[in-house]
Amino acid sequence: MMRIERRLRIPRWLPFAVPTGSVVAAFLFSGLILAATGHDPVSTDQRLLDTGFFAPGALSATLVSATPLLLTGLAAAAAFRMQIWNIGAEGQLYLGAVGASGIGIALAGRPAILIILGMILGGIVTGAAWGAIPGVLRALFRTNEIITSLMLNYVAGLLITYLIYDSHSYWRDLSTFTARLFPQGKYLSAAASWPHLAVAGIVIPLGLLLGVAGALFLWLLSTATRFGFETRVIGDSPGAARYAGMRIRRRIVSIMLVSGGLAGLGGASQIGDFRHVLDPRGLQQSGFGYAGIVVAALARLNPFAIIVVAFLLGGLANAGYSLQGPDFPAGLVGTLQGLILFFALGGEMLVRYRVRVRRPRALPSAPSPAAVTRAS
Amino acid sequence: MTLRGITKRFPEIVANDHIDFEARSGEIHALLGENGAGKSTLSNIITGLYRPDEGEIAVLGRPVQFHAPRDALEAGIFMVHQHFRLVASFTVAENIMLGHHQTVAQPLLLDPRAIERDVLALSERYHMPVNPRARIWQLSVGEQQRVEILKALHRGARILILDEPTALLTPQETEGLFATLRVMAGEGRTVIFITHKLEEVMAVSERVTILRRGRSLGTLQTGATSPRELARLMVGRDVVFTVQAEEHAVAGPPVLELQHVYADSDLGTPALHDVDLRLRAGEIVGVAGVAGNGQRELAETITGARRRTTGTVMLAGRPLRSGDPRQAIRLGLAHVPEDRMGTGVAPGLTIAENLILKSYQRPPMSWLGLVRWGLARTRASELISRFAIAGSPQTPTRLLSGGNVQKVLLARELSSSPRVLVAASPTRGLDVAATEAVREMIRQAAAAGVAVLLISEDLEEILALADRIAVLYEGRIMGVVERRQANIDDIGLMMAGAATQGAEPAP
Repeated sequence: MMRIERRLRIPRWLPFAVPTGSVVAAFLFSGLILAATGHDPVSTDQRLLDTGFFAPGALSATLVSATPLLLTGLAAAAAFRMQIWNIGAEGQLYLGAVGASGIGIALAGRPAILIILGMILGGIVTGAAWGAIPGVLRALFRTNEIITSLMLNYVAGLLITYLIYDSHSYWRDLSTFTARLFPQGKYLSAAASWPHLAVAGIVIPLGLLLGVAGALFLWLLSTATRFGFETRVIGDSPGAARYAGMRIRRRIVSIMLVSGGLAGLGGASQIGDFRHVLDPRGLQQSGFGYAGIVVAALARLNPFAIIVVAFLLGGLANAGYSLQGPDFPAGLVGTLQGLILFFALGGEMLVRYRVRVRRPRALPSAPSPAAVTRAS
Repeated sequence: MTLRGITKRFPEIVANDHIDFEARSGEIHALLGENGAGKSTLSNIITGLYRPDEGEIAVLGRPVQFHAPRDALEAGIFMVHQHFRLVASFTVAENIMLGHHQTVAQPLLLDPRAIERDVLALSERYHMPVNPRARIWQLSVGEQQRVEILKALHRGARILILDEPTALLTPQETEGLFATLRVMAGEGRTVIFITHKLEEVMAVSERVTILRRGRSLGTLQTGATSPRELARLMVGRDVVFTVQAEEHAVAGPPVLELQHVYADSDLGTPALHDVDLRLRAGEIVGVAGVAGNGQRELAETITGARRRTTGTVMLAGRPLRSGDPRQAIRLGLAHVPEDRMGTGVAPGLTIAENLILKSYQRPPMSWLGLVRWGLARTRASELISRFAIAGSPQTPTRLLSGGNVQKVLLARELSSSPRVLVAASPTRGLDVAATEAVREMIRQAAAAGVAVLLISEDLEEILALADRIAVLYEGRIMGVVERRQANIDDIGLMMAGAATQGAEPAP
């Protein structure tokens, strides 16, 4: 008989041993699949690591993928820490992209610093506003925020599609004949491109730096402020929070504003750092918001761990793009990525639970002799 | 059914101590006792949920051993729990066939029509009107209870145990239930009726067995006893007045004053009726009563966790807003809630964090929206040594024993220099040493001028601590007596809802 029990105490080495074991298991298992499909596991894994992290230019490409994952990961963690299940970072990121690109277009011709600040603020505000919707609904009507935030992702996806493909909106480029025939968004001016740092040939986007600042902000918010203390009490025991006179409904809305704002910043970074245009297809294909949930879960909602996990998963995603080719179908790349995530998340359970194998005890089928004699 | 020498021990407590009990076929037998008297343990043994450590059970003269609830069901013993075991989205008929559908009709196909017919026939025979096609969630509490009883009858119950069956019923529904039980008894079935309400014992039972502190005090013919005798047996004459509580009451205006307070329970039914209470500084007022008579609602209404429907609560001369715990805390109301782990502390947080649960938002603990953790930890160390809490400021509270959690709670509440302390069952589940420590803290608080409202189901605790005793029954204050003049018979009668003779009317 196998039983899964909660661990009463977590040994110190376990949180380190388990992820290492997970990674090893993931590579072994994916090796089996690679061998079965006629690929050399060792060289494939080597290519995976190379293109993700070690080859020239690999780190810059990895940071491009890591930046949105960092911000959506923080967005998810902010809410999850209070047991508010915001699944809507995806839609909040779209809205952040809408806000940032709108402001970028509107401020064209102004000083670059003004445009960039405007885009950052615009992305945060629109993302936060979109996040506030499920927050307010939850606070006032006790609707399930998982469902409302998830559904709003589809609404947001349709909204950006509408802005570019189905309307003559402010965001759509209507200046040329081809642009009218093949709908696309207005490209932002060069002044609206966010600056980046270059350290030893590695390009560090502004969005990544903002994300690191966001992690620091989230950590300080949670550990140092009254607000953070309240969110931790509410997350741990809503009963105790109510008893202590905390205003739970306001905190739900506030945390959704923070969460949505972080995701919205991710959307702004997509526009300012990388895309420079509101691109509904590209954003929706990336699924950064959903990936952020995985990042937050793997990092156990720790803001600093999210930086590391976003970087690793960014590398994995980036390696996936370059592995893909005529001899290596996209499905197999997805399978490998899925396996690595599967083992990493599965190992997570072992940190908090133990599996105990027990032989089933013989069931007392008949009353014991003693009982019979006493009864008679 | 006969039980002989049933004993069940739990860690630190003997829940049933050599209980003999016998119920004849065709009788309605009441099992009377306070909370914690061992009624639930005994019924869990009868229904096979627990196994007795000692003693034997015989049904119809044959000794039986129940290894699991299924065995008891096969012996024809059914229990109607206080909280119904029904599937809300299923129909009445579906609920009745649940669990024994294999034996009904064909092995594979269910025949709801046949069950519906059976249900109609049964409900007519036992005067329990219920529509077999209605879904459970559409039914009133009384109707749901009928479904539970029908379920038992449909499976051929010979012995039916009802646990506090009237707790949620209206008087009319109670009458209907009694009629049904009489029909069942008339057919030779045995009904065991668990209750703490004397009038019901008198109204419906033929014999009554009284339990107190895990022991049986014997079985009486209901016709040959009186509510007064039963009350005395139930509450116990031997309650000791060992600890002489000093009189602390300070003359002066009341610090806490409730006037005509009404409030609803979570289910929206009235829970408090016209409650009037006055507490002066330094006075301990005990609220006695059997659990579920409005104690929780009373505490929550005062502390602001629950809205009151009408009435006023004054704290130190200022009216408290309904449903505003922050204001109550600010005006000096301390509260030790009944559910200490779920409400009183956040178990995942550290001792230091729990100690500032109510002070974090005001200076000196708060500065520009930040929490001053350095100060919080110093404060925590101080309180930990002053209140002898086993732990460090960084210990997660969930790792503490019940006694230490309660000390954390009291340390926080009493160190806030409150005017009023509302303590609900503050020593429940604690060992002897922790109990004494908690009681001593309460006594000292009163000596320091705090007005204490002690809400407890443990009458002995109230007698040991309180200056005055108010008795709560079905949300009403039945009377308030001075402890010095307290007559245990009168208190017992009031707790069981009988007339309030001899007691002063509520002030």
